[in-house]
Amino acid sequence: MTNLPINGADTAWVLASAALVLLMTPALALFYGGLVRTKSTLNMMMMSFAAIGVGTIVWILWGYSLAFGPDTGQGLIGDFTYFGLDGTLGTVVGGTGNEIPTLAFVMFQMTFAIITVALLSGAIADRAKFGAWVIFIVAWLTLIYAPVAHWAFATQGGSGGWIIDKLGALDFAGGTVVEINSGAAALALAIVLGKREGFKRDAMRPHNIPFILLGAGLLWFGWFGFNAGSALAAGHLASVAMINTQIATAAAAMSWIAYERVRNGKPTTLGVASGAIAGAVAITPSCGYVTPLGALVIGLIGGVASAYAVSLKYRWNYDDSLDVVGIHGVGGVVGMIGIGLLASKAANSAGGNGLFVSGSPDLLFKQVIAVTAVAAFSFIGTWIIATVISRTIGFRVSRDEEMMGLDTVEHAESAYDL
Amino acid sequence: MKLITAVVKPQRVHAIKDALHEAGISGITVTQVDGFGRQKGHTEVYRGASVTVDFVAKSKLEILVNDGDAQRITDVIVAAANTGNIGDGKIWITAVEEVVRVRTNERGDAAI
Repeated sequence: MTNLPINGADTAWVLASAALVLLMTPALALFYGGLVRTKSTLNMMMMSFAAIGVGTIVWILWGYSLAFGPDTGQGLIGDFTYFGLDGTLGTVVGGTGNEIPTLAFVMFQMTFAIITVALLSGAIADRAKFGAWVIFIVAWLTLIYAPVAHWAFATQGGSGGWIIDKLGALDFAGGTVVEINSGAAALALAIVLGKREGFKRDAMRPHNIPFILLGAGLLWFGWFGFNAGSALAAGHLASVAMINTQIATAAAAMSWIAYERVRNGKPTTLGVASGAIAGAVAITPSCGYVTPLGALVIGLIGGVASAYAVSLKYRWNYDDSLDVVGIHGVGGVVGMIGIGLLASKAANSAGGNGLFVSGSPDLLFKQVIAVTAVAAFSFIGTWIIATVISRTIGFRVSRDEEMMGLDTVEHAESAYDL
Repeated sequence: MKLITAVVKPQRVHAIKDALHEAGISGITVTQVDGFGRQKGHTEVYRGASVTVDFVAKSKLEILVNDGDAQRITDVIVAAANTGNIGDGKIWITAVEEVVRVRTNERGDAAI
């Protein structure tokens, strides 16, 4: 078999980016693991590692093919052409001069699917059956993630996914696919599983804030692969995406704690970690389309918007335990709408101009349509999947098991020997 | 014989130990405990959600003394533990029927 020619620099960057993004899921395990109480720490971390294991298998068998295989005609989903990665060895993807091996692209996109489903675990902390979670990963990646990734990422010369090829909304690294998708799905999961025992009544303090900071730092590091890697080439665009990621993440970390300082009197370390993630989320769709000053604005707004949004669960009475909705859902919306307002062809000639640059609301309308469609599909689809699992094998542990803690109940282990 | 029990601020334990040492006390038992008195708990804020921590961390010291030493040692603890702030703690003294030194099987005052 002959291997088709590739661009070595671009390939090296995408391979490195795939490794960077994979690290984000263990980083998420630390971030989430620190946020929960001692008795369910290991379970929380196991949910992320299960996403890596199960997600990898689903992705290479049919996930990649459904997301990036030839469109079935409506722009909704790919087919099974690449089942088991059939027909991908030795081939390339990418524009002329920027070809990379298809397998580098498969690997890079696999890490996105893994972290997206892992993010959902935060909505159901301390109360989900591990076996049910594993089944959920398979169903969700297949029925929700693969279609949405197809819509927004699978460009096939105008006949690929409907968001990227037909609507023309802009989403550089997954504001819809990863962030809004996980936010909407997390809300559905939190509603179907119900609240933790003692929600709003008991003090549920994060048990290890240094873990959270370590996780946030590693997520920040991995995010350069996520965003700058999404350029799929080592060049100007990747550099724009990288510096914008740094700017927005730093800005949101500061704007979150500034908001806390005003509202509660103290800037917190949990706030700085949460703000960094909120900023990285908000810049994810927009990093390749806005100028550095645009990234600064998106970061500052993203930090405050999420800091405000995380308290809504208490008012609206849903237990999105680790704030997937408030950080990923809200941050994703800030980034997608931010494109509609601030996008500039100065940053990316293949991008667009937002309302504040061109005076035209066209791009903003497209962004709103993409956000609404993905949020609605993800929420409804996830609600159905979670309900089916709930009614059949059961998604939630018993009340007694929940009180004992999932580490002993689900894994026969304890995180600490105290 | 008396048992002096003192619940004090953890950050004062070392100063108390040094003062007791100087006063000729040869052994104390320290336990980390949680509780509340007039100080009550405190409030922490996580992602905007206020969490009331009802119990404050304290250290509990237990010291066995001869009857004649009880008041003097209590004064030593009060002096070393006092910061003048709310939450400095409490000391109480109870009568002890018997004390045994395990190694030698000595009894009573000789075992202290």
